[in-house]
Amino acid sequence: MNAGISIENLSKTYGSVQALKGINLDINSGELFGLIGPDGAGKTTLFRLLATLLLPDIGSARLCDIDIVEGYKQIRNLLGYMPGKFSLYQDLSVIENLEFFATVFDTRIEDNMDMIHDIWVQIEPFKDRLAGNLSGGMKQKLALCCALIHQPKVLLLDEPTTGVDAVSRSEFWQMLKNLKSKGITIVVATPYMDEANLCERVALIKDGEILQVNTPQEIVDQFERKLYAIKSDDNYQCLLDLREFEFTNSVFLFGQTLHYTDVRKEFSLEEVNSYLKSKGHLHLEIEHVKPGIEDCFMALSTKADGYE
Amino acid sequence: MNRFIGFLKKEFYHIFRDKRSMLILFGMPIVQIMLFGYVINTDLKDVKMAVLDHSKDEYTAEIINKITSSGYFQLSNNLKSIEQADVIFRKGDVKLILVFEPDFGKKLVKNSKANVQILTDASDPNTANLEVSYLQGILQNYNVEINQDKQLPSSIQANSRMYFNANLESVFMFIPGIMATILMLVSAMMTSISIAREKELGTMEILLVSPLNPLQIILGKVTPYLALSFINALVIVGMGYFVFGVPVLGSFTLLMAESVLFIFLALSIGIFISTVAKSQQVAMMLSMFVLMLPTIILSGFIFPIRNMPVPLQVISYIIPPKYFIVILKNIMLKGVGLEYVWKETLILLAMTFGFIGLSLKKFKIRLQ
Repeated sequence: MNAGISIENLSKTYGSVQALKGINLDINSGELFGLIGPDGAGKTTLFRLLATLLLPDIGSARLCDIDIVEGYKQIRNLLGYMPGKFSLYQDLSVIENLEFFATVFDTRIEDNMDMIHDIWVQIEPFKDRLAGNLSGGMKQKLALCCALIHQPKVLLLDEPTTGVDAVSRSEFWQMLKNLKSKGITIVVATPYMDEANLCERVALIKDGEILQVNTPQEIVDQFERKLYAIKSDDNYQCLLDLREFEFTNSVFLFGQTLHYTDVRKEFSLEEVNSYLKSKGHLHLEIEHVKPGIEDCFMALSTKADGYE
Repeated sequence: MNRFIGFLKKEFYHIFRDKRSMLILFGMPIVQIMLFGYVINTDLKDVKMAVLDHSKDEYTAEIINKITSSGYFQLSNNLKSIEQADVIFRKGDVKLILVFEPDFGKKLVKNSKANVQILTDASDPNTANLEVSYLQGILQNYNVEINQDKQLPSSIQANSRMYFNANLESVFMFIPGIMATILMLVSAMMTSISIAREKELGTMEILLVSPLNPLQIILGKVTPYLALSFINALVIVGMGYFVFGVPVLGSFTLLMAESVLFIFLALSIGIFISTVAKSQQVAMMLSMFVLMLPTIILSGFIFPIRNMPVPLQVISYIIPPKYFIVILKNIMLKGVGLEYVWKETLILLAMTFGFIGLSLKKFKIRLQ
């Protein structure tokens, strides 16, 4: 069975805000696909459209070869959906939540144990605790269990790792990889660029438009300029000064350092160094670094802005 | 069917784990009945009375005896002069003073006519009115008694008798009213809040994405409250009967059937509200203002409809509890059958179908 997703020219408007602007996207059956973009990029809207919760203004989409508008009833049987907000019953215990979702889909927990087993063993010690009293990571694991209880063909996860600690995040991604091996198509939306590397392919999305769809590696390989990390005593002042510099292509604050690219292909680092020294930045560390997805995202989104 | 049972189980968990719901469900009916039955009581009982007797003969003594033995009044002071009246009213305990004219008995025998004056503390006018009419009633009775043997040529006596509630017990009026209020509150408010809660917490999103259809979700939400409201109806009628002696003269089955109909109506109103309200707070406010206040004020529960200004009387016709209260009073106090309340029953039925239709139409299978 083809559990792929194909999206054609999909648009959605809320009042005067155009949340999605004619999106085209194809997700293969059995793929672990990432939807990477900042808050407000339109990720949740796209998910709700795919989950048959919203109707598109223009365009169409098909899940498992079923149209999202006409075939919404069939799709609801094939789909596992985890909304961005924790959406389980907080006043029900872990096991009660799971049982409820099992009965809603007319199935039983025992029949689906092979599907959820890896996740279930982690939350089983807390099965009598009320869902509202679980930690953030546990809540997400439970929500994933509930979304998987009916053996869906397609899994839509809207920011599943937001507000979850680093250890739980990596555990969560490990689970997704295991699920992928069972042949489920998984689409994950996330604002964390570092999670993009864990997907097979990613779509970079911003302001309702898809900037690029590619494998994480290829996106990084496309980065054509040399990227430098600059560390100084006063990063913020340094950022302002670099924006004034005549050869600056882009400069962003990136954690503890600044990521800098030059407009010229060949240039001497010394020039940048001396410019900054002249502005009073004495303790500088400049080194060449490999670009990450975030650098690519920044480069792509400024490029997109430039065309407007 | 399995789905439905699973859904019911979940709903009962919600209700039984939420202390607030439990309190509203089971605490409120009892508290309201007790409040209306005991505290907000418009019946007279042991009203303190003073007597200024200028005559002091056997007749006045007999009248005073009759009044105090009625249970409504209690003799607390014997006054010496009318000047004391002002003082004693200001103290506040005594609400009523009875003044007999001098030579009361003699005049009564000779002229068949003697005067007695009733003074009341009218700072509470309703009670004062009530006291006067009760007292007049007693005097009237006495009048009839002493005139029994004599043939009075043309003496017209107005005899009034209160049907269906001979003692004018206010609790008889309150039980139907409370029943309508509680059933409305429990059914409509609780369902609308519980559906709105799913929306607010985002769980509705998951329910919608599941294969459950709107009817299953609505039925699952409604059934627990139907059962609990029915228990409430039984508790209210039971308490009315055993604690306050409010009779159920008509058919008990008919009474319960009408109650179930009204519960269905209230539930469908609750669902309708929840299709409009996005959050629990809005649902609660809507239920309060659209349902509770009209139920209490405009349904004829406390204030008679015929005393209202015409626009409000018109509004009262679209208030469902009005019809339910009429039905309840007819069945419980008059003991009549369906042939006397079929009109009201039909109106309730029509309203129920109307709201269920509207709700099913308005219930969204998507988020927008």
